Amino acid sequence: MSVDSVFVHKMWDDHELSKMVKGGIPFPMLSDGGGKVGSIFGVYLEDAGVEARGRFIIDPDGIIQGFEVLTPPVGRNVMESIRQIQAFQHVRNTKGAEATPSGWKPGKATLKPGPELVGKVWEVWKTSMAFDE
Amino acid sequence: MAEEIKAGCARPTGGPVGEKPAEKKETSEQPIVKEVKSMVIVGKKAPDFTAPAYHKGKFINVQLSEFLGKWVVLCFYPGDFTFV
Repeated sequence: MSVDSVFVHKMWDDHELSKMVKGGIPFPMLSDGGGKVGSIFGVYLEDAGVEARGRFIIDPDGIIQGFEVLTPPVGRNVMESIRQIQAFQHVRNTKGAEATPSGWKPGKATLKPGPELVGKVWEVWKTSMAFDE
Repeated sequence: MAEEIKAGCARPTGGPVGEKPAEKKETSEQPIVKEVKSMVIVGKKAPDFTAPAYHKGKFINVQLSEFLGKWVVLCFYPGDFTFV
C-alpha cells in the first residue's frame, strides 16, 4: 500500500516489477491516496506526503500480532517477516502452550512457560541458540 | 532557473512558497487538536479499511476484513519506483 494511484501501481508492475518477479506482483497493490489508512496505522509521514515502510502481521482473527516501521531509505528483511509469521502460527497451533525464544525458527526448541520453568530457562536454553549456527 | 532534484527514496513533494500565512490570533481559544490518532497496538484488532487496488491486471476494491480467517501481511512503502 502506498499513496500512489492504482494506475501508477499498474505501470510499476508492468514496466519494472514484472521484470523482477515472474508474472508480476501476485498480491493486491493497494492505493491510499491522502494517506488516510496510513494515518490510522501510524505510518503516514505528513511532511513528505508518503508512507514509511510499515509492515503489520495480522492473524486470522484480525488481531495485529506484530509490526515494524522503517524510514524510507532502508529496506525490510523478508525472511525475518516469514520467521515471525511461522513463530506466531506455531504459538497459535499450540494454543499458547508454547512460546518461541529469541532466534527461534522452525525445528528449534520452544519453551513451555509454567511454574516449573521459572528461573530454569538457563537449563534448557543457551544464548548461542539466539543466533544462526 | 529550475533546480535539479536529487532522486531519493521518498517521493519528491512541493509546497506553497512566499510569505507564511499570518499566525492565527486565537491565543485565548483552545487549539484545535487534529484527531487522527493511530489505533494500532499489538494484541488488538487491526482497524478495518477499504482501498482500491491493482491485482493481476484488474482494478479491484479490497477490504481488510475480507481476509479474516487468513494470515495477512500489510505493507506500506513510500511510493512506486522508489528504488529500495
